[in-house]
Amino acid sequence: MSALAPAVSLAGRPDFGAIASWVTPDASVLDLGCGDGLLLASLEASRGAKGYGVEIDDANVLACVRRGVNVIQGDLERGLQGFDAGSFDYVILSQTLQTMRHTEEIVLEMLRVGRQAIVTFPNFGHWQARWAVAFGGRMPVSKTLPYQWYDTPNLHLCTVRDFEQFCADHSIRIRERIVLHEGRRVGWLPNLLGSLAVFRFEKQH
Amino acid sequence: MHHDQTIVPRSVGAVAPRRMRFAAPLALAGGATIDGYSLLYETYGRLNAARSNAVLVCHALNASHHVAGYYADDPDNVGWWDNMIGPGKPLDTERFFVVGVNNLGGCFGSTGPASIDPKTGRPYGSSFPVVTVEDWVEVQARLADRLGIRRWAAVMGGSLGAMQALQWTISYPDRIAHALVIAAAPKLSAQNIAFNEIARQAITTDPDFHGGNYYAHGVVPKRGLRVARMIGHVTYLSDDAMMERFGRSLRSGKLGFHFDVDFEIESYLRYQADKFSAYFDANTYLLITRALDYFDPAAAHDGNLAAALAPARAKFLVVSFTSDWRFASPRSREIVKALLDNRRDVSYAEIDAPHGHDAFLLEDPRYHALVRAYFENVAREVGADRLAAGAGAAPLDEGEPVEAAAGGGFAA
Repeated sequence: MSALAPAVSLAGRPDFGAIASWVTPDASVLDLGCGDGLLLASLEASRGAKGYGVEIDDANVLACVRRGVNVIQGDLERGLQGFDAGSFDYVILSQTLQTMRHTEEIVLEMLRVGRQAIVTFPNFGHWQARWAVAFGGRMPVSKTLPYQWYDTPNLHLCTVRDFEQFCADHSIRIRERIVLHEGRRVGWLPNLLGSLAVFRFEKQH
Repeated sequence: MHHDQTIVPRSVGAVAPRRMRFAAPLALAGGATIDGYSLLYETYGRLNAARSNAVLVCHALNASHHVAGYYADDPDNVGWWDNMIGPGKPLDTERFFVVGVNNLGGCFGSTGPASIDPKTGRPYGSSFPVVTVEDWVEVQARLADRLGIRRWAAVMGGSLGAMQALQWTISYPDRIAHALVIAAAPKLSAQNIAFNEIARQAITTDPDFHGGNYYAHGVVPKRGLRVARMIGHVTYLSDDAMMERFGRSLRSGKLGFHFDVDFEIESYLRYQADKFSAYFDANTYLLITRALDYFDPAAAHDGNLAAALAPARAKFLVVSFTSDWRFASPRSREIVKALLDNRRDVSYAEIDAPHGHDAFLLEDPRYHALVRAYFENVAREVGADRLAAGAGAAPLDEGEPVEAAAGGGFAA
């Protein structure tokens, strides 16, 4: 790829900006469910990261190769057995956690392979989601939850508080949390006003 | 991302092999030395002025230097990877200078067991030394020297050809920018070796084998070669692909209650075996299956493939096929893992194709799109642009023309 830096636009993925701000220069990064490789290309350009993506979808694998991003085709549901313990600085799972069948396993696998893990997910605790269910009596459809209930890849939706409880239950220490809405950071009542959560965490030592 | 001009993929057209003679002795991995030898090779496309656009395509068990195009006097003899290589094809000869070579020990015109040993004036036969993948890479490097290619933009191969690409990254890390390692394994399994041994036994126990010196007797161990080809062929196909193509179809519509051909699959195997045994040299079959058996770069590092690949500096594209049971996907993942351990640039694709090991030779849109995209990046990186008419460089040494075109059109 020629002149990556200016060519990589993170428009439409506000969580990528938060992730990029956390990744230290020259870090090694494993991006699980890396899609078309946009985040990796951005991390390589802006942070000098050495990155690899894992992706199951043929079209996305092709898009990564086209972008010149390292991609390993594979199924996350089968775990990360191809990756050694502690072999990456960061293991990232952006907006994929909620689509996983084996949610608990993948988070633990991320912490086995990475010194730190970063996940982003749509916050089901956002007021619009609560409103849709509580008063509309309908499953929410929004920017961060754009699917109809009968046609959604999402299997395990959770809230900011759910995830924090999950971490507490699994001896996971949260290092940083950013909750966003419409690309802006939400400081007040994040579980109510934020639609997209970004967590950085590690094993409790 | 895509190129502006869309070229309709087409054949490189009529091609002709050339011969390069090497006088300097070559010490082989097995301890023997071969005094002089010659190689048959073909090239497609043109070297650019910087000589940075050369791609070496390595052949597998039973293929040759005839990789793409056809021979003017034998238009049906189409190169074994013609669907991959040509103008506008995934490996685009409008941008790249592609080299195909018949390996040492081969039977398509390069020095091999059927060649005359200058010391005796008779065919080498059983005295031809066992050659390894490392030896082939050494020989290919000498060919590159003669052609004036300091560094390959890429070395590409499937199966045994992929092993050569892998070996290039270890033997000559600074002479290869990219390795395309397709349908590969980092070493054969016991089962793989077992299949090779069955094939070799079929050949060496044929009464016409004469200890490898059958040339003097005016015969070839045709029965052995036939069985070797049959067993090989079955392992290159998947169960599903065979069932889909042949099922239990009967040749004459009903069972014959005899041991001649009943089923279509039998007829097919016999046809393939006849065809193969008519053009392939039995000693070469022994040699090449042995080279496969011996390939194990990790062996010198206590089985640690990552340590074996530590010298590699190339970038890698590794591709496997889900239905390939001969070199199954987990074998490719071993290579990927070792490259990851070394933090090398590597992409890995697992193509969901039904055809088995032979899938690497077939036209699959996902597979070809991937190779095309990869080569587009290689082209950008090494400056392999479409050359204007008359632009570019000639190979340092042009070799010699070859009279009779020799080349197998089939490969695995």
